[in-house]
Amino acid sequence: MIKARRVGSWFGRKTLAFGILAGVIGLLPEGRHAPRAEAATPLTIGFVYVGPKTDYGYNQAHAQGAAVVAKMPGVKIREEEMVPETSAVQKTMESMINLDGATLLFPTSFGYFDPHILKEAKKYPNVTFLHCGGLYQEGKHPANVGSYFGYIDEAQYVAGIVAGLTTKSNKLGFIAAKPIPQVLRNINSYTLGARSVNPKATTTVIFTGDWSMPVKEAEATNSLIDQGVDVLTMHVDSPKVIVETAERRGVFVTGYHANQSALAPKGYLTGAEWNWGKVYTDYVNMIQGGKPWPHLLRGGLKEGFVKVSPYGKAVSAAAKKKADAAKAKFMAGTMVIYKGPIKDNTGKVVIPAGSEQKQTDIALEKMDYLVDGVVGKTH
Amino acid sequence: MTIGALSPATEPSPAEAAAAAAVAAAAAARRAARRRSVESIAVPIGAIVGALVLFGVFVALTGRNALSVYHEMYRGSFGTWFSFQNTLQRAAPIMLTALATAIPLRLGLVVLGGEGAMVLGGLGAAAIGIHLHTPMSIKLGMFVTGALVGGAWIGIAGALRAYRGVNETISTLLLNYIAIALLNHMVEGPLRDPASLNKPSTLPIGDDNMLGNLPGLDVHWGLGFGLIACLLAWFLMSRTTFGFSARMVGGNVRAALLNGLPVRRLIVIATFLGGLGAGLAGAVEVAAIHGNANASLVTGYGYTGVLVAFIARANPLGVIPVALLLGGIGASGGLLQRVFELPDATVNVLQGVIFISILFSDSLYGRRWGRQKKMVPA
Repeated sequence: MIKARRVGSWFGRKTLAFGILAGVIGLLPEGRHAPRAEAATPLTIGFVYVGPKTDYGYNQAHAQGAAVVAKMPGVKIREEEMVPETSAVQKTMESMINLDGATLLFPTSFGYFDPHILKEAKKYPNVTFLHCGGLYQEGKHPANVGSYFGYIDEAQYVAGIVAGLTTKSNKLGFIAAKPIPQVLRNINSYTLGARSVNPKATTTVIFTGDWSMPVKEAEATNSLIDQGVDVLTMHVDSPKVIVETAERRGVFVTGYHANQSALAPKGYLTGAEWNWGKVYTDYVNMIQGGKPWPHLLRGGLKEGFVKVSPYGKAVSAAAKKKADAAKAKFMAGTMVIYKGPIKDNTGKVVIPAGSEQKQTDIALEKMDYLVDGVVGKTH
Repeated sequence: MTIGALSPATEPSPAEAAAAAAVAAAAAARRAARRRSVESIAVPIGAIVGALVLFGVFVALTGRNALSVYHEMYRGSFGTWFSFQNTLQRAAPIMLTALATAIPLRLGLVVLGGEGAMVLGGLGAAAIGIHLHTPMSIKLGMFVTGALVGGAWIGIAGALRAYRGVNETISTLLLNYIAIALLNHMVEGPLRDPASLNKPSTLPIGDDNMLGNLPGLDVHWGLGFGLIACLLAWFLMSRTTFGFSARMVGGNVRAALLNGLPVRRLIVIATFLGGLGAGLAGAVEVAAIHGNANASLVTGYGYTGVLVAFIARANPLGVIPVALLLGGIGASGGLLQRVFELPDATVNVLQGVIFISILFSDSLYGRRWGRQKKMVPA
């Protein structure tokens, strides 16, 4: 009892001493080490991510873009990860503006746009907000806002070709977050790519329900492989778990968002990657040069917004040839993915013969069907 | 009185001795009470300071200067007017969600369901908001509905506990997942605004019907609601018969039963009341921030609320400063990432260290801090 008490009071006194020390330290004046936004000379750019910067996925792709910007002259970048789509992101943006002196912000998650960016843009008219994925509307949205996005389904189409020519079982698997237009477009382009070279190929889809569900993604991977699927791809924020599980189970995988070949040296065929470094450098050059910048910026393989991962060892020469041919057509601007006749997987004609929807077609932004050859439902 | 009876009656008359002893006893009681109130402030503060020292060691191990990290944290949370408002804004929802845990904790129930109650409160509020017409009725309808939905959600867990013996910790935790699944189902299905393409949401309530800021502050009214709710909860739990009964259930449920207290009903009411707070938090998120309900309502505020309630030792008044502290840590977390390139998990480490430190500090109550060896029996 006495012993216990002594230990207690020893701890108490020490805590108190530490407490006073820490309290005094807290009151000390500003140290020289704390970096601050210096005068106007360097352009301070803030990047905001919804998940971890090292997720092998959506956020890593943006962080890689930010790293390219960081090497530009006259530029200082500030990054913040794991910022939820709540008032927290408003405060993060304000904090970057007020405490870091940022005048250009790249809040990269889709859900940051409405209401968060729109609100902050009205509040800080001298700061430029460039957002990934949103659809800028002239007159409706503030003039200091812009939105950019890439036609990554072009890269998915090329990956689909590789998958279609690699599969032995003719069964491809697609693990997706939610049945929203952006995701459906990737599933459909992937399937159309695969079936353009292998009409017997089908794509089985599993929706996990949310952007980052590692456990469900692993379960979906295993379940698809158990059904005989031998090439997998995905549209979730972090493909890491899926790619690793596929490699462990000895099946092939095509990646998404960023290059995941390091996670699956044997099974990684290729992948659809963002190339945000190009987009960000262009924007920063325009802004530094005082030139007007586009409020709505879109591009695909040709514009360098997206790219196809280098082919893995398992990709056959024939597959490479077909994929390269499709890529060349995209680069030349002559490729149209959504060219009629296209039927959905219930047999309904969604694009009649003789008509086509080019990448800029607004109808594609409202996609609500799965094409023939996809096994799955949109709801 | 017992002390008076036991004191040796030698020179003074028994009456005088008893009076003197009573005075001494009263003085001792006052000293003890004073010590308790000093303790109730000094121990948590000491625990937090201890946690900060530990965290400083952790930061130093990553090769950063702990002092400059703390300096930046201060700058990011309380150091400027902007930062302070940032802290207040972040504290607002967690004050409300903390009540979902704090009130039932007084009855000895560990409720982790603030997240689910908040999510459904927000969904319910959005679903009602789009059917009402004037700004006032929209707001009122949303807050009442949100709170009631949240209350009912936790109340279900309370009723399961009271009448079916289902463990409330497990049931509320699992109800969170059900709530999130319900939210996703409703916003992607029956309640979806067809115009919300890539981010399924309910119809917006309209910019004119949004909840505004507190006068003179860049902080929305949620903070006002949080403060009022904490004060009301404190009054209820410490100054009313209901609160006394509730604490009696928490202290010794058998004694409460023997005294004829309606324990089951108290459990259901307390869980319902706690849920009101979390549900209101959800309604405020919709009314002040999002303007509609969607997956962004799943914020983790419910879980932060659990942390706040425990650190505040289930005292609704204590919830206010603790929410401010955690709000401040949240507000400064971004700066730590941006200035020191520390990973986001850093603030979680700090929160965790504080939590453990507070739990540990519970064992320090009632100890003598000076050199005196003699302990006063409580």
